[in-house]
Amino acid sequence: MAQPLLEVKDLKVHFPTDDGLVKAVDGVSYSLEAGETLGIVGESGSGKSVSSLTVMGLINPKQAKISGEVFFQGQDLLKLPKDEMRTIRGAKISMIFQDPMTSLHPFYKVGFQIAEAILEHQDISKQEAFDQAVEMLARVNIPHPKDRASQYPHEFSGGMRQRAMIAMALSLNPDVLIADEPTTALDVTVQAQILDLIDRLKSEFNAAVIIITHDLGVVAEHCDDIMVMYAGKAAEFGDTDDIYYKPLHPYTWGLLSSIPRLDEIKQERLNPIRGLPPSLIQVPPGCAFHPRCPYKFDPCDRDVPQLLPVDGHHAAACHLSLADKERIRDEEVLARR
Amino acid sequence: MGKYLVRRALFMILVIVIVSFLTFLIFVKLPAGDPARRAVGRTTNPEEIENARRAFGLDKPLHVQYWRFLKGFIPWPPSDPVLMLLSEPPRGDGLWLNEDVYFSYGGFIPVREELARRIPITGTLAIGAAVIWLLLGIPIGILSGVRRRSVADRAAMIFAIVGVSMPIFWLAQLLLYGFWFKLDLLPASGIPIGYNGWGGALRAALEGRFILPWVSLAYINAAFYARMVRGNLIETMNEDYIRTARAKGLSERRVIYKHGLRGALTPVVTMLGLDVGLLLGGAFITETVFGLPGIGQLAVQSISTNDFPMVMGVTILGAFIIAVANLVVDVAYAFVDPRVRYT
Repeated sequence: MAQPLLEVKDLKVHFPTDDGLVKAVDGVSYSLEAGETLGIVGESGSGKSVSSLTVMGLINPKQAKISGEVFFQGQDLLKLPKDEMRTIRGAKISMIFQDPMTSLHPFYKVGFQIAEAILEHQDISKQEAFDQAVEMLARVNIPHPKDRASQYPHEFSGGMRQRAMIAMALSLNPDVLIADEPTTALDVTVQAQILDLIDRLKSEFNAAVIIITHDLGVVAEHCDDIMVMYAGKAAEFGDTDDIYYKPLHPYTWGLLSSIPRLDEIKQERLNPIRGLPPSLIQVPPGCAFHPRCPYKFDPCDRDVPQLLPVDGHHAAACHLSLADKERIRDEEVLARR
Repeated sequence: MGKYLVRRALFMILVIVIVSFLTFLIFVKLPAGDPARRAVGRTTNPEEIENARRAFGLDKPLHVQYWRFLKGFIPWPPSDPVLMLLSEPPRGDGLWLNEDVYFSYGGFIPVREELARRIPITGTLAIGAAVIWLLLGIPIGILSGVRRRSVADRAAMIFAIVGVSMPIFWLAQLLLYGFWFKLDLLPASGIPIGYNGWGGALRAALEGRFILPWVSLAYINAAFYARMVRGNLIETMNEDYIRTARAKGLSERRVIYKHGLRGALTPVVTMLGLDVGLLLGGAFITETVFGLPGIGQLAVQSISTNDFPMVMGVTILGAFIIAVANLVVDVAYAFVDPRVRYT
């Protein structure tokens, strides 16, 4: 197997604050092949956004202690000088953000904002860059792209702004597109359109995609692999079928059970995970999930479980034996769905 | 935009009429002394006071007196027959501050003439100071916003805290003491006789007569603006769209100066318009300390001598300037911020 396109190894991002060390990302590894889609799922504060912002080089190294390796096309991005990182950021790895309402500059025209990204990385005239921007707007299905390019973001709807963001992110034909909760701020119908658009463009541009979300339901049909994160660590990793049909971590079970089901006749209450996500300053000892875990036993509050492979690709970080996990999963979790 | 301007202009006129009426009431109903008695002097008899009262129209009913004052603001002879009956036939051309009606009780000078003489001085003072504080405040604010927590930032913020906490009369006298009395580097104060109009004000400025007043006014405002720009810039740099700009791979310089500053400087437009408007209405303390015969000084003088035509003139001029400044700010904002459109 050739070298993966993007490989993150034991990434740690710790923020020293007045209250203590915030371990936002605490040893995360994953790899991504060209044309693949990885979903990173977790609650707020699980480190999913910070890990990808670090890959983009958008975490200020003065404010955080970053360790680990991020290999992209053979070079470690964490060791690249600032200027070289800038040539990769936006051109080879680009990113779209959660809230399209605030992610575009309110005082500049949309076309200009896209053209600005193109001009930064390509040696072409302003007019050519603007024409490319118009073309990109057309490719993300914005009607009348030429007129729209001369409008300001406030004249766009939320879905259109997110399309414009996608157009901006893809305008330089990047190898990796990181979508940080791309649909959270949007209406449900628009969510589906945006995800379909990302899917379509992924194959058109032959890019690898990382979708970050807190909503397992959203990413089900769009991802090849899924990583479930909890308190800065990977709780479970596997392909989409593994995570949805053969989940092996109590946290993943909790996430799956808390998705409301529309096809159920009996009106049942939502089934949330008890408790709150832990403080990242005082992460519980042992397995970070143990205070909320209904299946915790002896070693859980002492030993940190390792992310161990179950079969090849699929891995989970939990002390329960495989037999126990499969039994609980089949009897309690999947039976309820 | 056109409709909006018309609406705003009408509203402005309403504001000025209300201000004029309130001013009139305050100075007719609450006089600390009788203007007629003041006009004829100390040694006099009741008849002379009565004559003065008649001459000023102070013996007429309130509404007639008010109309006498009001008609000076209406640039055409009144067409309203009811008001016509109440008032005497209009004299003069009825222009702004009619010279036949608006003359100072103090010097018997037409108010319009007196204001016209003083506007260039206050104008030179306010505009010059504004230029200095912008040139000082904005770069300092940017520098300390960009290099937060650096030595430069600390120094700038000490400069700013000193500036905002220093009373202007104290700073002004300190400057006067140092640069005029001790060092004799700059002229002390005053506008010499014969320096008339804008030309005279400009000549005085070229001779350095405005430097100390400018610096006193500018320092305090520069401190305030530096703090504002710094705060705005820091806030803007945390916006999502700044993260987007960085994610595009733009250089940090471009992120700060193209994307950050654009958002951070917009509120300065608002502040500047209002501050300059306020100063044009009179910077009383500065004018007094440096002996500049400007609007602010005139206002205080005429209030303390019950010269109420003059007080009205000054008040209405001030109200007019503030109203215009507000309008200018609102219109300018539509050009700066594309989200603002007036209909």
